[in-house]
Amino acid sequence: MNNEEVLHEKPLVVHETEHAAHPHHHQSFITKYIFSQDHKMISKQYLLTGIIWAVIGGFFSVIFRLQLGFPDQTFPFLEDIFGHWAKGGRLDTEFYYALVTMHGTILVFFVLTAGLSGTFSNFLIPLQVGARDMASPFLNMLSYWFFFLASVVMFSSLFLQTGPASGGWTIYPPLSALGDAMDGSKAGMDFWLTSIAFFIISVLLGGLNYITTVLNLRTKGMFMTRLPLTVWSFLFTAILGVLTFPVLLSAVVLLLFDRHLGTSFYLSDIYINGKILPNEGGSPILFQHLFWFLGHPEVYIIALPAMGITSEVISTNSRKPIFGYMAMVGSFFAIASLSFLVWAHHMFVSGMNPFLGSFFVLFTLLIAVPSAIKVFNWLTTLWKGNIHFTPGMLFAIGFVSLFISGGLTGIWLGNSALDFHLHDTYFVIAHFHLVMGVASMFGMFAGIYHWYPKMFGRFMNNTLAYLHFWISLIGAYFIFWPMHYEGLAGMPRRYYDFSNWESFKMFAGLNEFISITAIVVFAAQFLFIFNFFYSMYKGRKLTERTKNPWHSTTLEWTTPIHPPHGNWTSEIPEVHRWPYDYGKDGRDFIGQTEPIGAEETKH
Amino acid sequence: MNTFFLIAIVVLIFLVIFQISKASEYVSILKGEERSRKHDNKINGFLMIAFLIFGLIGVWWCNELYYPKTLLPYGAASSQGEKIDTMMWITIVITGVVFFITQILLFWFSFKYQETDKRKPLFFTHSNKLEIIWTGVPAITLTILVVFGLKYWFKFTADAPKNAQVIEITGHQFGWEMRYPGRDGILGRKNYKLIDAAKNNPLGVDWSDAASHDDVHVPTTMHVIVNRPVKLVINSMDVIHDVGLPQFRLKMDAVPGTPTTIWFTPTVTTKEMAKKTGNPDFVYEISCDQMCGKGHFTMRGVIVVESQKEYHDWWIKQRPEYLKAKEFITSANTASESNKTVALENQGPIK
Repeated sequence: MNNEEVLHEKPLVVHETEHAAHPHHHQSFITKYIFSQDHKMISKQYLLTGIIWAVIGGFFSVIFRLQLGFPDQTFPFLEDIFGHWAKGGRLDTEFYYALVTMHGTILVFFVLTAGLSGTFSNFLIPLQVGARDMASPFLNMLSYWFFFLASVVMFSSLFLQTGPASGGWTIYPPLSALGDAMDGSKAGMDFWLTSIAFFIISVLLGGLNYITTVLNLRTKGMFMTRLPLTVWSFLFTAILGVLTFPVLLSAVVLLLFDRHLGTSFYLSDIYINGKILPNEGGSPILFQHLFWFLGHPEVYIIALPAMGITSEVISTNSRKPIFGYMAMVGSFFAIASLSFLVWAHHMFVSGMNPFLGSFFVLFTLLIAVPSAIKVFNWLTTLWKGNIHFTPGMLFAIGFVSLFISGGLTGIWLGNSALDFHLHDTYFVIAHFHLVMGVASMFGMFAGIYHWYPKMFGRFMNNTLAYLHFWISLIGAYFIFWPMHYEGLAGMPRRYYDFSNWESFKMFAGLNEFISITAIVVFAAQFLFIFNFFYSMYKGRKLTERTKNPWHSTTLEWTTPIHPPHGNWTSEIPEVHRWPYDYGKDGRDFIGQTEPIGAEETKH
Repeated sequence: MNTFFLIAIVVLIFLVIFQISKASEYVSILKGEERSRKHDNKINGFLMIAFLIFGLIGVWWCNELYYPKTLLPYGAASSQGEKIDTMMWITIVITGVVFFITQILLFWFSFKYQETDKRKPLFFTHSNKLEIIWTGVPAITLTILVVFGLKYWFKFTADAPKNAQVIEITGHQFGWEMRYPGRDGILGRKNYKLIDAAKNNPLGVDWSDAASHDDVHVPTTMHVIVNRPVKLVINSMDVIHDVGLPQFRLKMDAVPGTPTTIWFTPTVTTKEMAKKTGNPDFVYEISCDQMCGKGHFTMRGVIVVESQKEYHDWWIKQRPEYLKAKEFITSANTASESNKTVALENQGPIK
């Protein structure tokens, strides 16, 4: 195989035979389901927590869309749910901003970071590299429980008298540093910062484990160049996380100091609520640098796993090898490295040095090149394939479509001269929701539908899945496509009401349409949720014949239908080839464990 | 009652969908799984091409509906904005071409290469030629965009022309304050510790700086002269705000402790723009574009672009803030300072 010659990687042989000797050790309910150290169970814990958060975060968006779509109407049921935050059925402005902030925080960190990479890195890395578990199952367990702790703290902040954090998910100081600036910056912000600190610990523990496992626990013959692209994407995701999340932690700690210890890291020259603050010499821009040093790689932490899953699912269901495997790995590498050099494109209008800004323009537009390579490679993988539209495949195709639509507008926003006009308008909302919000959700759905049989030994219902897909895809475009036009009119984001603005009030009808679509799409997600839980108990069971339901080549399908802790009951299989031998020499697929035949064609 | 009715309907719809979905699974097992899978595959393949066609129609229709409501049909109201629009059009064309090609290929391939028993998928793992093409072409195109973008970026962020009118704009929760430098063309020093609305000094101007004595403070509304460059010195009193000027295609953050600037040349007066847009109530609005608290969405300012004469008529009616604050100053300031103020007043009324 040519690919090997490019990366001269020596195979690492790891056989944890002592595990294999007694795979069926006794487990109580608590060690099996709660404080489990089995990567498969931990991944399900991540997934379940992610789903719960997704419902909460999605529900919040529906509530604030009600305000945006119907600013003149009251909804008495809101008062039943939110009490004094929605007196008379009308959202309090402060609470509206709390909802917006929580929606962003929850979706970005808890759903698309923990729920996506937490679930699939945990589930797939050991299974696909041929390991019995993570390098450190105990740290892996801790990683989930720190996430759980973060979730508990964030969730409790919803019940504070002064409400949860409400300064936007980017929590820019001084707004977030001063309780006088808004109610959400009182106790809610402390809860937010504490929660995120726990979350960062969780990401670091998980990430170190993923990296170590991929590098050290590959089975015999699993060279780096034989790794499925999913594993490559999880590896780069973990590296990004480990290198950038600590920077956010420093930002969080300094903000806590400013809030409680009287330091002035981010504060200077402030007169608020009739009070003159003593802080001088700090810079709120420092926080933005620290925040976006994580914040932008974070976008790729969200997108890369979705790309990896999409690559795997598209190749499998086109019954064709992924096109340009090495280019795919190379573009992962390029995206991961460039993502460290683009953060300040979020700050073009913060008054930054224009010369410095020009480098960020350059690198930001440069990062479009590896992204373009990926799209063209996916398209070529589809070309002359024999496509099976499994639910996973539909969502993978949807991912590509949304990634293109949202990615192209990144070329607008990354160009500082255009960002002058479009910064913080609905154009930005449309851009990032398409490219990393909805697209990565689609990547996550593709992964769930594709690996559900492996996770639970049962199939999900196809009809519900098809409906879920088509409503979500059409809905996503209905919601976010017209928002570009609002952005081109300069309509700013994070506005509670536009009706007093001569420049923006003409979009009232459109906002109503978007809100209605958002409600329908949110409702459609219950088709998935019902399907997910119902199929867990009542879904069609996998049999020995359908044990490898999508006819995949990768290792996870060589495990028993219900893999025990330790994954393989006998020895870990040895790998002899790359994971994309689909349609080779007239055969539908050749598993990675099959030795290369004497007559096989080379590629 | 209505709510219950609505909930009942939604639940019913879901129940029906679940029942149908379950039934279809049983039917598929009875009919033969392979056969029904292929049947589903055909339906989804057809939906792919249908989505493409209706999607393209939708893109066109959306454009028909909402393009007139954007700012593009009326053109930009500043000379910088015109350049930004030019660049936007270049970017629209380039990304638009890529968008249509890739989306059409994606859904067309999905439709065309859907599963049939006849086709053997092509074992095609890589092609250096193709990969070089689609690394090279985007790289070149993006370089062009970078070059254009940076050319304008450096132009916009360069120092304002010498003849630019300097106006200070200060954001606070939740409004804008303008300050004009008066006859001397110099804005007097400020110190946030001097802010005291009760002493008629809401901006914290340091009256010991004589340059401040002719500065004019106007809340909310800014008057500027058409075709004369304006340089905004942007301040914030409390949290980060942002001076958003959609019609001029510009915005810049207001950061407490760190003044920022932008400059632009308005080319269309408010009255002309009202005629152009057919909206008699038209005004240039300053929108706060950086989340700044619960009143963020109410933080509105206005810019009036007018002719030299109209501007002059407005300007002669303005009085320096110093005169309003004077009664509080004499006691607090040194004797020499008060002498200066007397001298200033003796010069007669300030224009």
